[in-house]
Amino acid sequence: MKILNILISAFRALQRNKMRSFLTMLGIIIGVAAVIAMLAIGQGAQYSVEQQISSLGTNVLIVYPGSQNTGGIKGGAGTNTTLTEDDCIAIQRECPAVGLISPGTRAGGQIIAGNMNWATGIEGTGSDYLEIRKWGIEYGDFYTDADIKAAAKVCVLGKTVADALFPDGSPVGQTVRIRNVPCKVLGVLTKKGQNAMGQDQDDVVLAPWTTVKRRLTWFPYLRQILVSATSPGNIPVAQTQITELLRMRHKIAPYDADDFSIRNQADLANAATATTQILTILLASIASVSLLVGGIGIMNIMLVSVTERTREIGIRMSVGARSRDILMQFLIEALVLSLLGGITGILLGVGGSGAISSLAKWPTIITFFSILLSFGFSIAIGIFFGFYPARKAAMLNPIDALRYE
Amino acid sequence: MIGRDEPAPAPTSDGQLIQIDHLVKTYLLGEVEVHALRGVTLGIRRGEFVAIMGASGSGKSTFMNILGCLDKPTKGTYILDGIDVSRLTRDELAHIRNSKLGFVFQGFNLLSRTSAIENVELPLLYGTSSIRDREERAVKALNMVGLGDRVHHYPNQLSGGQQQRVAIARALVNDPSIVLADEPTGNLDSRTSVEVMGIFQELNEKGITIILVTHEPDIAQFAKRHIIFRDGRIKSDRINSSPKLAAEVISELPAVDQEEPV
Repeated sequence: MKILNILISAFRALQRNKMRSFLTMLGIIIGVAAVIAMLAIGQGAQYSVEQQISSLGTNVLIVYPGSQNTGGIKGGAGTNTTLTEDDCIAIQRECPAVGLISPGTRAGGQIIAGNMNWATGIEGTGSDYLEIRKWGIEYGDFYTDADIKAAAKVCVLGKTVADALFPDGSPVGQTVRIRNVPCKVLGVLTKKGQNAMGQDQDDVVLAPWTTVKRRLTWFPYLRQILVSATSPGNIPVAQTQITELLRMRHKIAPYDADDFSIRNQADLANAATATTQILTILLASIASVSLLVGGIGIMNIMLVSVTERTREIGIRMSVGARSRDILMQFLIEALVLSLLGGITGILLGVGGSGAISSLAKWPTIITFFSILLSFGFSIAIGIFFGFYPARKAAMLNPIDALRYE
Repeated sequence: MIGRDEPAPAPTSDGQLIQIDHLVKTYLLGEVEVHALRGVTLGIRRGEFVAIMGASGSGKSTFMNILGCLDKPTKGTYILDGIDVSRLTRDELAHIRNSKLGFVFQGFNLLSRTSAIENVELPLLYGTSSIRDREERAVKALNMVGLGDRVHHYPNQLSGGQQQRVAIARALVNDPSIVLADEPTGNLDSRTSVEVMGIFQELNEKGITIILVTHEPDIAQFAKRHIIFRDGRIKSDRINSSPKLAAEVISELPAVDQEEPV
């Protein structure tokens, strides 16, 4: 029997039981749609995490002070008072793999402009901060080395803060009060969006680190040092050079632990990517369970169909159908079911992912691979779960099949 | 009951369509051996119209199954149209059924929810003919049984007699050497039965060999040769020199306005 003839009779057989065929397909439809949607969500998450991490600047290293240790009580990371301006100067001077450097300190507080106010974090930075973080000024200017030297009362607003304090006009040239210190707004940063942890990176005020240190916190040490390596490949070199230099400067004995820590974006990126990959795999494997259940549904219906159509099989055999004709007929029926289900599922999955991105504002990415995967999966399920019933039909004895009531 | 019988000629090897030699069929029903056929020797020529009769359990159905290549004999040979089919494989038997045999069953055995023409085309699906060729041959076969105007009707839209005629058209569509009819009138009223026998007689006139299994002596009257089975053996094998003509019988029956669906 020619394949075309088998296909035609498979379609006719499925048409005769439209409702049943549809319900059988529904299992595959839901399974495939779920796999597509879950992969889309997972890969969307992965993509946005990668995007956010690279938005931090790819060759950035952050030096944090170690934990404070008073009489055995450890204060946690960043509490120690070990990083100083002199460390910065030394790193800049003695580490050839280090490109730019920006000392960092931090304060929190209420920012007031006219009758508006906003609570946010104030980052004290160096003048190269924006370049290290690959950030830009939307309008206005950034502060200069001179401002830093003078601990000038100036600041630059993140987009969120600017919008909150100056909803109508331009903040440039206006004065805001940061914890009662009046600062002139030099510029507004470009929008950067959320970081990998979901924090709004634009909800920030940048000011010269000297200003934050001398006028806001009076905390004489640095909270962090932001460093860029001369190239992404030089990150490990820069890390080693800084570690050696700081150990020497802080007079740490050879077997003692560092009193500082260095983190780089690559580690963070890898960790975050690995996490989202696990998420993707997890989602997809849960979804593929429903695909498996759909396959069992196909097998179930095909078995019922074989029993129900025993006499038809007998008639076909009596007019000359060979075992393999009957096998092919039922196998192709199962395959048509799973393929139609698969294609419908792919359409539904693509549509569903689109709906998720537009309604839940969750990024989704549908790759050719995930479509191919679910398509292949549904073919495999059709063959795998269709084979047993088809074989059962093909092995029937023509006489018994004809006499079957 | 069967008037003016003469003994059938002894089987000869020449001109025989079917030649059966010491055919034995033994079933194993649980642990009990059932001897369905205990050595049957028989020859049937091309163009014969044979009625096989016998009580249930006489072995006539088993014999029919073997004749129809649906079953294999335990012992003995069965030569059909020059081919020894008693030793063929399952798939080879399927090919023989497809090319040389046509079946008509008691319960019609049409595919439901499938139009008359598609039912008739069914044997051709397992052959090599093209779509257009299939349609042509199916329509031709339906015309032969007088259903040229019911080509696209479904079985549930046809009367019993019409359904059986579709089944006969299906049996004919492959130009078989033999049409095997297993109690073809068992589910039909007497008038329709005669009509169906009329079709068989017409086909036989055209040279098609017909083998009919029946337990109704009235129906057997339309055949030219009577073979009676008992206990797995042939009890008698006689020529019916004056078969009834279905056309005459119908004209004697009281007129009916139209065929009622069964």
